[in-house]
Amino acid sequence: MTIFDIFTNQLLNGIVLGSFYALVALGYTMVFGVVKLLNFAHGELYMVGGFAGFLVLSFLAPFIGAGWFGVAVSMVFAMIAIGFLGVVIERVAYAPMLSAPRLSILITALAVSLVLQNGMLALTKGQYVPFGSALGFGGINLGKLFISYNQMILVSVAALLMLALEMFVSRTQYGRAMRAVAVDKDMSRLMGINVNAVIAVTFFLGSALAAAAGTMAGAFYGSLWYFMGFLIGLKAFTAAVIGGIGSIPGAMLGGLILGLLESFATQLDLRGMGIPFKVGSEWKDVFSFSVLILILVFKPTGLLGKSEQERM
Amino acid sequence: MAQLPERPSAWGGLSAILDTPTKQWTVTAVLLAAMVALPFVTDGYITVIVTHALLYVVLALGLNIVVGYAGLLDLGFAAFFAVGAYTVGITTQYFGLNFWLALPLAVVFASIAGIIIGTPTLRLRSDYLAIVTLGFGEIVRLTARNLRETGGASGIRGIESPWIFGYHVQSNIDFYFVFLILAVLGIIVSVRLANSRLGRAWLYVRHDEDAAEAMGIDRVRVKLAAYVVGAIYGSIGGAFFAANLGAISPESFSFRQSVEILMVVILGGIGKIPGVVLGAFIVILAPEFLRGVGDLRYFIFAVGLLLIMLFRPSGIWPARSKR
Repeated sequence: MTIFDIFTNQLLNGIVLGSFYALVALGYTMVFGVVKLLNFAHGELYMVGGFAGFLVLSFLAPFIGAGWFGVAVSMVFAMIAIGFLGVVIERVAYAPMLSAPRLSILITALAVSLVLQNGMLALTKGQYVPFGSALGFGGINLGKLFISYNQMILVSVAALLMLALEMFVSRTQYGRAMRAVAVDKDMSRLMGINVNAVIAVTFFLGSALAAAAGTMAGAFYGSLWYFMGFLIGLKAFTAAVIGGIGSIPGAMLGGLILGLLESFATQLDLRGMGIPFKVGSEWKDVFSFSVLILILVFKPTGLLGKSEQERM
Repeated sequence: MAQLPERPSAWGGLSAILDTPTKQWTVTAVLLAAMVALPFVTDGYITVIVTHALLYVVLALGLNIVVGYAGLLDLGFAAFFAVGAYTVGITTQYFGLNFWLALPLAVVFASIAGIIIGTPTLRLRSDYLAIVTLGFGEIVRLTARNLRETGGASGIRGIESPWIFGYHVQSNIDFYFVFLILAVLGIIVSVRLANSRLGRAWLYVRHDEDAAEAMGIDRVRVKLAAYVVGAIYGSIGGAFFAANLGAISPESFSFRQSVEILMVVILGGIGKIPGVVLGAFIVILAPEFLRGVGDLRYFIFAVGLLLIMLFRPSGIWPARSKR
């Protein structure tokens, strides 16, 4: 393999990984933009979404198969179910806390995430659950680069979902209301916007996107685990921060950047140049978390975020 | 923390009795006597579990300073615990250091870790801080797992237990008393700190950062102090933990550990020391009684935490605002 082959390969891996990060990061950023809450439970919605997709697929597979069509249909059902789960979580756990001190609401969010995580631990006994999709292994060769159809479909679906979200936020009335609430909640209420409905829609969309990512990840990687939301939750938050939290294009960009950074970092090895530095796969998470800390320290507003002087 | 309006209830009456100073001394003396007698009247199993609970008292007292006193959510507290344990493990194993020389080193390293993570991040808003500490905790665990020097995934084994004046501390009852002494010392230091100049500064910063700063309190330095004191508690707990078990591995310092320590602090009432002690005993003893339900116990705990936050946000035994 030449340097160029490695480069294109990692580029592809980075884009696939980045699509997952971006989908999950969008939920973080939207919720943060509208209610200024860091939803710790968001990564768990990705995990529960994966399991929901799996459940639907195991019911539907005898009728429509477990190929991409079956997975896509299951994904839609999972998105709706987890979207409502997100709304319920907001109503039950967050809404009563929005005026409480910062520390209380952060701990509540953590508690919600633990409930989801440990609930799934109890249901699955901590075992990996095979997703049971049959996606096939076809693909096309571009020179030495092999792109599987799965990778292509996955990235296109992610892109389509993000495009749809962008259209929703920029073109529809609800999208406009969402942007207004993000700027000033009280003023929006005075202008006749139903703020609670906007918050519900925001949670619904964010959670649905996480569920889409969870179902696709389950189908793509072939298995589910109760703890799989933890790491991606942290990574997606990193992505949202890189792009500038609160900014929707920022979350997409941040996801892609983090995916690429990570897949290139696994190849980073300076030992040939006499520098004892190698990231490799065992250090890649350390690498991502370090990126998170560095960005928060040096540019907490991210690439596309607005600077706001606000202390909570 | 926001104070709920005081509701007259049986529970409130009980905690009011326990809060009067004269009764407090009596209760403390009785409890302490009971704790000293405990290992002689029960079997070894109970002694080991209660030792574990006492370790959690020490750890949670440390986190209580960060979360309860200074109002900073730290989701990676196990990192300091790990620094303490690994410092003792590495220095006694590879450099042949005496435990009592390794212990101050552990404290120094943990303080340095506290400063390294605190200095750049304490300026951040609180939810960023929470996630940075989470990331930091994972970095420490992954580093311990990846490095050869820390024994990789299997960790370090054969850590020697300490000698005190020619007496080898090694039995379960020995360590029970070690942790009992640590917990009592930890409580005394916590109480003294709360009533100190620094303690009042923490209270002020927690309630209103901007006003505190306007009154001449350097909020970053005050928060950093909380971080370092918390780290010291964590590292001492970790050092004795390593000496007690004789073996440590990265998975002893995972996110779950951080959450359990945090749960201890929240359950009993954020910021209140009797609450922390109570919380430690609930968090450690309850799973022992719930062993029959298997993995479900973590779920029960999580639901409990959520219910507490929703219905009793200042804990089972909340701090009464005296000021």
